[in-house]
Amino acid sequence: MSEVLVLVDHVDGAVRKPTLELLAIAKRIGEPSAVFIGGADKADAVAETVKTYGAEKVYVVDDAEIKGYLVAPKAEALQQLAEKTSPAAILIPSSAEGKEIAGRLAIKLSSGLITDAVDVQVEGGEIVTTQSVFAGNFTVAAKVVKGTPIIAVKPNAAAPEEGAGAGAVEAFAATISDAAKTAQIVAAQPRQATGRPELTEAAIVVSGGRGTGGDFTAVEALADALGAAVGASRAAVDSGWKPHTFQVGQTGKTVSPQLYVANGISGAIQHRAGMQTSKTIVAVNKDEEAPIFELVDFGVVGDLHAVLPAVTAEIEKRKG
Amino acid sequence: MTLSNIVVLVKYVPDATADRKFEGDNTVDRVGVDGLLSELDEYAVEQALQIKEKRADEEITVTALTVGPAEAEAAVRKALQMGADKAVHVQDDAIAGSDAVATSLVLAKAIEKIGVPELVVGGLASTDGGLSVVPAMLAERLGLPQVTLAAVVETQGDQVRIKRDGDTATEVIGGTLPLVLSVTDQSGEARYPSFKGIMAAKKKPLEALTLADIGVDASEVGLDAAWTQVDTVTARPPRTAGEIVKDEDGSGATALVEFLASKKFI
Repeated sequence: MSEVLVLVDHVDGAVRKPTLELLAIAKRIGEPSAVFIGGADKADAVAETVKTYGAEKVYVVDDAEIKGYLVAPKAEALQQLAEKTSPAAILIPSSAEGKEIAGRLAIKLSSGLITDAVDVQVEGGEIVTTQSVFAGNFTVAAKVVKGTPIIAVKPNAAAPEEGAGAGAVEAFAATISDAAKTAQIVAAQPRQATGRPELTEAAIVVSGGRGTGGDFTAVEALADALGAAVGASRAAVDSGWKPHTFQVGQTGKTVSPQLYVANGISGAIQHRAGMQTSKTIVAVNKDEEAPIFELVDFGVVGDLHAVLPAVTAEIEKRKG
Repeated sequence: MTLSNIVVLVKYVPDATADRKFEGDNTVDRVGVDGLLSELDEYAVEQALQIKEKRADEEITVTALTVGPAEAEAAVRKALQMGADKAVHVQDDAIAGSDAVATSLVLAKAIEKIGVPELVVGGLASTDGGLSVVPAMLAERLGLPQVTLAAVVETQGDQVRIKRDGDTATEVIGGTLPLVLSVTDQSGEARYPSFKGIMAAKKKPLEALTLADIGVDASEVGLDAAWTQVDTVTARPPRTAGEIVKDEDGSGATALVEFLASKKFI
């Protein structure tokens, strides 16, 4: 079986959940090989994690020389690794950075690229991807027909699967050009830890919109009771109630959780574009005419400031 | 390095509020629906104009570049009305159905034809394909670095600094011209064309180029040249109407808890 390269998404060696999902997908195609571009001192810990989720090999590209530079060096390293290993496919997290790496890599390898895949399956020996387009109104099945398939996969496209792989660690010395070492991160202010899951990775998202009137207390309390991430509509962000990093929608984050709870959000097309592929959708809104109710599996016409605290209290009670 | 030329990438897209659909060959119907300058590209035009205005002593030329069918001229016209100095429209029947790879090739060749500028500016994503990969592919083809998703843009001399919201941190990115820049809708409200701007735009140069003009062979673009292939496009089945209850004295909360429990979320 051929190798499938999986680019490890991590923050200073802490492996992020989408990587584990990619490993599960890689197993459908071939033998997962994790590619860790980061500090060599973190390699063992990373290898231990990805091994638990099925990585047969772990390529370690020491980033001492390229740390802080943007996507170009990572694309070069992946190109060289792909040329060495001739993988069956290359899987990359469909984050903003992941897509840029994938875009550069596609040109370098003269290979087809599919981004924002919400599913990847092997059918009749071919790798077939599923994408959700036009605010989730259409589902597209597509495949790469040239070169090595490069697929950028969205979070929550698969469930992580435990199952030990060999996890053989191999250092890979990439040759990075000077041209790739130009644009770089000058300063980074890590987001304040909220104790909640990251918005795009969360299994449950609880969002608030104009209907909160700027008071997110009830929304946040319900999110915490459910172990969910907190999101916001554009209206709430434009009003300054939440920073842009909370925004779900066309110009914010696209989420695809198991459960999406929209509170005081009317459901304009811009918002739908960011959440319509959620598996189960629930809405609480005072206005029974709100378009969000066209999408829901369950809706409550009522005041979120009354409904949510009661729901939160009941959940806490059941948890004991 | 002085800054003399900025190229802004603009795209003509189906109106997101109209009924967007696909053609029989699984490409986006770009003719049968109303279109306009991609809203997200207006922010790119705005930032290019702001940079030009802040660096008034450098006589910067802002060129709006689009690739698309005849109707796409509307996108560059809007950019001219906002204040771009000139426009280039690459139009060729062979381009229809091109994917991001081919689009980036056409853009790269067109830019090489008109002269590689110190700065290329693009939007966050088009409002239709939404791939966000064209700037990266274009940068790769032009051999330039890219600084992307800028919420704040500052330039001084040959230095560009942007601020952006990453997934896990707020970052300040520094780069040196020449480079490819992309900006988000956080970068600043795009201006409306003034009456004066609309009148002035009519006299501004709009150059039409074909594939032959930029040295791209028709076999390198279009649906048949795509490195990916769409097998099927399926309209999402309308979500089966969910259950909607009216909250009366707490009944809504009770019903919602029961629903969440039935789906094993609690």
